[in-house]
Amino acid sequence: MADGPVAEVLLRQLAAADGGLDSAELAAKLGVEHQAVVGAVKSLQALGEIIEAELRSTKRWELTAEGEEIAREGSHEARVFRSIPPEGLAQSELMRLPSGKVGFSKAMSNKWIRVDKSAADGPRVFRVVDSVEDEVQRRLQLVQGGQAEKLGEKERSELRKRKLLTEVTLKTYWVSKGSAFSTSISKQETELSPEMISSGSWRDRPFKPYNFLAHGVLPDSGHLHPLLKVRSELRQIFLEMGFTEMPTDNFIESSFWNFDALFQPQQHPARDQHDTFFLRDPAEALQLPMDYVHRVKRTHSQGGYGSQGYKYNWKLEEARKNLLRTHTTSASARALYRLAQKKPFTPAKYFSIDRVFRNETLDATHLAEFHQIEGVVADHGLTLGHLMGVLREFFTKLGITQLRFKPAYNPYTEPSMEVFSYHQGLRKWVEVGNSGIFRPEMLLPMGLPENVSVIAWGLSLER
Amino acid sequence: MPTVSVKRDLLFRALGRTYTDEEFDELCFEFGLELDEITSEKEIISKEQGNEKAEGASDVVLYKIDVPANRYDLLCLEGLVRGLQVFKERIKAPVYKRVTPNGEIQKLIITEETARIRPYAVAAVLRNIKFTKDRYDSFIELQEKLHQNICRKRALVAIGTHDLDTLSGPFTYTAKRPSDIKFKPLNKTKEYTACELMNIYKTDNQLKHYLHIIENKPLFPVIYDSNGVVLSMPPIINGNHSKITVNTRNVFIECTGTDFTKAKIVLDVIVTMFSEYCENPFTVEAAEVVFPNGKSYTFPELAYRKEIVRADLINKKVGIRETPENIAKLLTRMHLKSEVIGDGNQIEIEIPPTRADVIHACDIVEDAAIAYGYNNIQMALPKTYTIANQFPLNKLTELLRYDMAAAGFTEALTFALCSQEDIADKLGLDISATKAVHISNPKTAEFQVARTTLLPGLLKTIAANRKMPLPLKLFEISDIVVKDSSRDVGARNYRHLCAVYYNKNPGFEIIHGLLDRIMQLLNVPPGEKKGGYVIKASEGHL
Repeated sequence: MADGPVAEVLLRQLAAADGGLDSAELAAKLGVEHQAVVGAVKSLQALGEIIEAELRSTKRWELTAEGEEIAREGSHEARVFRSIPPEGLAQSELMRLPSGKVGFSKAMSNKWIRVDKSAADGPRVFRVVDSVEDEVQRRLQLVQGGQAEKLGEKERSELRKRKLLTEVTLKTYWVSKGSAFSTSISKQETELSPEMISSGSWRDRPFKPYNFLAHGVLPDSGHLHPLLKVRSELRQIFLEMGFTEMPTDNFIESSFWNFDALFQPQQHPARDQHDTFFLRDPAEALQLPMDYVHRVKRTHSQGGYGSQGYKYNWKLEEARKNLLRTHTTSASARALYRLAQKKPFTPAKYFSIDRVFRNETLDATHLAEFHQIEGVVADHGLTLGHLMGVLREFFTKLGITQLRFKPAYNPYTEPSMEVFSYHQGLRKWVEVGNSGIFRPEMLLPMGLPENVSVIAWGLSLER
Repeated sequence: MPTVSVKRDLLFRALGRTYTDEEFDELCFEFGLELDEITSEKEIISKEQGNEKAEGASDVVLYKIDVPANRYDLLCLEGLVRGLQVFKERIKAPVYKRVTPNGEIQKLIITEETARIRPYAVAAVLRNIKFTKDRYDSFIELQEKLHQNICRKRALVAIGTHDLDTLSGPFTYTAKRPSDIKFKPLNKTKEYTACELMNIYKTDNQLKHYLHIIENKPLFPVIYDSNGVVLSMPPIINGNHSKITVNTRNVFIECTGTDFTKAKIVLDVIVTMFSEYCENPFTVEAAEVVFPNGKSYTFPELAYRKEIVRADLINKKVGIRETPENIAKLLTRMHLKSEVIGDGNQIEIEIPPTRADVIHACDIVEDAAIAYGYNNIQMALPKTYTIANQFPLNKLTELLRYDMAAAGFTEALTFALCSQEDIADKLGLDISATKAVHISNPKTAEFQVARTTLLPGLLKTIAANRKMPLPLKLFEISDIVVKDSSRDVGARNYRHLCAVYYNKNPGFEIIHGLLDRIMQLLNVPPGEKKGGYVIKASEGHL
């Protein structure tokens, strides 16, 4: 644009002009749109100190569409006057004329016409004077001719009230020579090219300064899913703390591993149709470790290992029912069972982060599928204090430092704790996880030694 | 978590002091409860039905308290107050006693017909009880809470409470054909047969949920007194004749069901909670239940069980160092009366009938820790030294994920459950050929099967984002599920990788290039001859 024809003409005009020129006047003179001149001014400005442009606002009076019509045809009241013959005109007829309604009242107040209400066939309108001066039309024509200043303030505002005139703001530039004024514009380079380097011409060329306010070109990159990025971070935290990843690549689980092995009784509400997805096909687990199953059955129904048990009829077919796992604790149970088969006992730390399923109706705060994070430590002599210590380290790595612990209830842990953290934004304590020490009724049937405790905690990734 | 709604001022009056909301919230936190909401009847109606309907409703402040699911002794105001007072050492835990009456003992005779439908029953009497409107409401509310929780919506146990003075024992618990049962049910004005009642209650918002428990069975359970008056037709409805009112002085309680242990627990809970209001507080009059085989039992059991735990075991499990005497004190505060015995290291703990949740020493350990205060326990790090290992499949997945993103593809996370059409019809396959796992109780068609391929999920993601600037390049590395009879559950997961390119031009060469890149990363050369990979067209479908 800066090297366009309008810009060049402008510069030449400016060179010849005294002091400066007005953009609107120049546009009229050159016969181009004002916008084109404005564009040239702006692009010349970008080149540096070549010109100086001052934004000016001028106001002008212009006729509205109706105003233009009246300037042409005359005001309504004048037209009304002219349409009344010497013998007068019935008012009803007058009112039906195009300017009738508007013009009538104005003509009446100007005392150009009068109404004879007593006339034979209805009110009749007569001229009062012989001729009239259409002041309104004259004034509008003055404005049209660009001589609005000849009208008084009062007259102008009256016409504006009648919506015949509007005031229009026009923005123009007053352009004058800048400190680096020249009629020849040299084009600024935007890029350094290999030819310029090899020829050495870069030494003589002006370069356009970079516009650092504009955005660059974003690289065409792929992205990782935000939730899975958090998953990677948590995996990293567990590995840093020495936890080994458990296999959890089985969404389908049997009720046995999901509930019974965890000492969750068969009539527990979580085993309801409402909360758990049960399978139609395959409906039942094909194999279960039967020795272990018998021990679990006995513990549930009769007790043992120091427990009273739940004292109900434990059914094998209930334990066989397949489902979509409701927690990854079933994977932890499998891992602990495998650990228990290895003699002698070696302490272990396990973790998993994987998908779990709950039979919920979806809404803003509930999903049917979400990710559960679980950590497990199995060793001799672990205490509630150890559990809290591990949780503190774990949550500190997540950036959560203010923790409080609250007694809770889980069918498979005792003691159980809910972990709360203080949320600065919400200004209250919110639950960030659940934890506990696994019950002996769960661990001992697996074959783990009596003095081995297993502490565990879990939270959901989505939170 | 069950929620108990109590009137705040009633609660404070019973506790003997007032608390600010924050103070009470703190007390709940310590004890293992949660003050979930502070509201009023007016607010509740306002929220559910709008402000006009709430006009005239009470604005008495209500505390909604969340109670652990296994604490049946905290499901009513009476239990909460008792628990908190003992916890704060303001009162001693009451001792519940079963007493045999001076006159004749109430008898409930079970006939053999019940065996096929609802075999168990227990019973007890609350003698000379004094109800007020609040106590009466609390009594009814507790039954409802128990029904919803331990009774598993009346399927396992159903509770019936009756005005003993309107009846005369001995009582008979039997089962009859529905057409042979006729009585005036609670709050109705005329008599109906059981069949008619089953129909009438189909539209009752409360009772319709329980009909299925006995519906379509040949015999319905029913309890009569010696004059043929129907006490109740469990688990549906009681008779109107023996309805309890605020003025009732003697209550006959019967619990019937399919789980004997739970029926006994439920009875114990009700009588321990409300015997407080009997003339002889905390005493319950015995009732006798005779089973079809002639065996007779006396209820309520109100058994106190003793367990001996070593003090150092509790110290070790919690991670504290308290003297045996202190530990005994802590446990007594949790309603587990304890004293040091033997060599000074053993603690004998008496477990009351209200604490049916204590079934192992670990339950006792938890109570000691709660009384000590979880947040007072010193934190320590386990000395467990382990070397961590990654699960190889997940390790590979992580490596590939980063390289897929580096290749310009964006990761998607889609649902593992979908409709049958998604993995079959829409891909030109028959569902039986997919070896898919089918869900039996999906809430919507979107959860009929577990996905056997990642493709539908990615295509749906693209469809939801088709207005975004093109091209769309998505990938997902995640599990699919198929049936597999070689696995113990009959199904297994496979880790799949799927990538989709969506643009005005299909860009096969781009996906091909991505595949080449993946193989390059996995060190798999192209070409069958080198033991590498080849691409072949598949027949007509995916």
